[in-house]
Amino acid sequence: MAMIVDNRPTTGGTAAVPRASRRFQRLRQDKLLVALGVPGATALILFQYLPLLGNIIAFQDYEPYLGIAEAPFVGLQNFSFLWDGNPAFLTAVANTLILTVVQTIFVFPVPLLLALLLNSLAGERLKRLLQSILYLPHFLSWVIVVAIFQQMLGNAGMLNTFLVQNDLPMIEIIGVPELFKALLTSQVIWKDAGWGTIIFLAALAQINQEQYEASAVDGANGRQRLWHITLPSLKGIIILLLILRLGDSLSVGFEQIILQQGPVGAEASEVLDTWVYNYGIVGGDWGMATAAGLVKSVVGVLIVIGANKLAHMFGEQGVYQK
Amino acid sequence: MSTMEKSPAQARSGKRPVWMERPNPLVQLAKALALGVSVLLVVIPFWSVIATSLADQKTINDSGGGMVLWPGSVSFDAYQAILSGGVVTRAVAISVGITVVGTALSLAATAGLAYWLSRRGAFGARPMLMLVLGAILFSPGLIPSYLMVKQLGLLDSWWSLILPVMVNAFNVVVMRAFFQGLPRELFDSAAVEGASSATTLVKIVLPLSKAVLAVVGLFYAVGYWNAFFNAMLYIQSTDKWPMSLVLRTYVVNQTTIGGEQVGAGAEAMPPQLPLQMAILVVALVPILVVYPFLQRHFAKGVMTGAVKG
Repeated sequence: MAMIVDNRPTTGGTAAVPRASRRFQRLRQDKLLVALGVPGATALILFQYLPLLGNIIAFQDYEPYLGIAEAPFVGLQNFSFLWDGNPAFLTAVANTLILTVVQTIFVFPVPLLLALLLNSLAGERLKRLLQSILYLPHFLSWVIVVAIFQQMLGNAGMLNTFLVQNDLPMIEIIGVPELFKALLTSQVIWKDAGWGTIIFLAALAQINQEQYEASAVDGANGRQRLWHITLPSLKGIIILLLILRLGDSLSVGFEQIILQQGPVGAEASEVLDTWVYNYGIVGGDWGMATAAGLVKSVVGVLIVIGANKLAHMFGEQGVYQK
Repeated sequence: MSTMEKSPAQARSGKRPVWMERPNPLVQLAKALALGVSVLLVVIPFWSVIATSLADQKTINDSGGGMVLWPGSVSFDAYQAILSGGVVTRAVAISVGITVVGTALSLAATAGLAYWLSRRGAFGARPMLMLVLGAILFSPGLIPSYLMVKQLGLLDSWWSLILPVMVNAFNVVVMRAFFQGLPRELFDSAAVEGASSATTLVKIVLPLSKAVLAVVGLFYAVGYWNAFFNAMLYIQSTDKWPMSLVLRTYVVNQTTIGGEQVGAGAEAMPPQLPLQMAILVVALVPILVVYPFLQRHFAKGVMTGAVKG
């Protein structure tokens, strides 16, 4: 439209003045449009971007009653947990990494398997019904999921009541530190495995059915079709999801863990996020906790960039293009 | 007729395509079993939570004091107790209020922002779009967010559960993609008729965007209803607790529900377990009610964001 013509770069030394005035003219022309967007934009800047400035207290000896302006700068002192072998921090790092590895190995394949199973179902209506049931837990809050797990697997829960009534030994699951990571992992599977199938089912629906037909004519059996057609077609989406997963690898189930931390203790359950919460907001060590949060975000972004580079090296698209 | 023309139709009608070999019955059985178990693992917990909330003391004692799969004689005493005044009733009212007000504000702010960003060449739209996309990529961190809420004086206010999560960047992107998919001619003719951008939004864009508004609105609503962590962080007074904090205290942490926690309507105190399960059901019901609507649209909504974002 007319605007495109106006956007041609102007030549000559007087360019700055007309460009500024044209901007102003455009703002006047679009003022109502901009006004419609301003409330949303304000909320986003206020709660997503301005708090980034608050990270400055990672370099301060911050006390809530003094405020950011008054607090003295202390250099990198708050980051000392990184090199002085702070045992609570090391426990949190270890638990976070173990959980990330365990959950990537055990959680990640489940939606893929479920999607393949659902996809092989012949009946469209049955498939829809099963999908509706399997998606449901995704919409429950962690409070509800944790409560349900307690009622099912707890010492007074359904499983153990059944075992005791049939003179079988009780199985203690909830509140046992050794089983805590397994419990967390199974909760994540229960809540989100069904939901995770959506993206795989969409990718499966895009595979050209004639490929299957042609390969069957050439004598490929079901397993060969899965291996040579289905899985290669899903490769891109699997890599994309793995990269996104890696980016989140330092955030493992904050709400989920904070709700269940009490009975099992910090040794088994403290992860980076809960450590920041417990030492910063509960414990009052604001500077150190903010520093830890900052390190965590930066490392998370670096991991995504690194993983994306890796994906490019293998000739995959990844999350963003080079 | 060639098989190629037939096969998609057959797939839809649920028949095996001609080229596919007869399935191995053992494999079929294993698949059916795997799917059946997955479905039961979801259904049984829900079923038993509801059944237990309706059970009376005798049924629970017979089952060994735990959860039941069949309520025996159905009794609504637990619901009557928690919903006739007291902690749970207040929390339900608070959560409903936050959900309704929050969803309305979220939808208005998200639609406005998405509309601005969807108009090509609009003033400031490009830098703002970058900010929106950036907000998807990184979050400011727990303590800086907390300090921001504190700085704004929102601690212990219900606004702390709405304003920080009012605009979800991903939803903005989804809605913008939808608005951009509307035929261009509509906007041109509205402009020719002299409609302002606000008039165009309200009279033309929004009525055509009911589907995306429904999906995004329901996602926001579920988020507000479920909000737990922000409530734990920002709400200090017990009398301002939303449902999630009540759930944590009385169901997850199993704090005893006494006479002061329930309304005067209950003559005899029902046993603890049905009371706890009734609280759980009350927290679940809104999700179960909106779920069918949500389910009809969400796959589409999710994919819109994924493809066009």
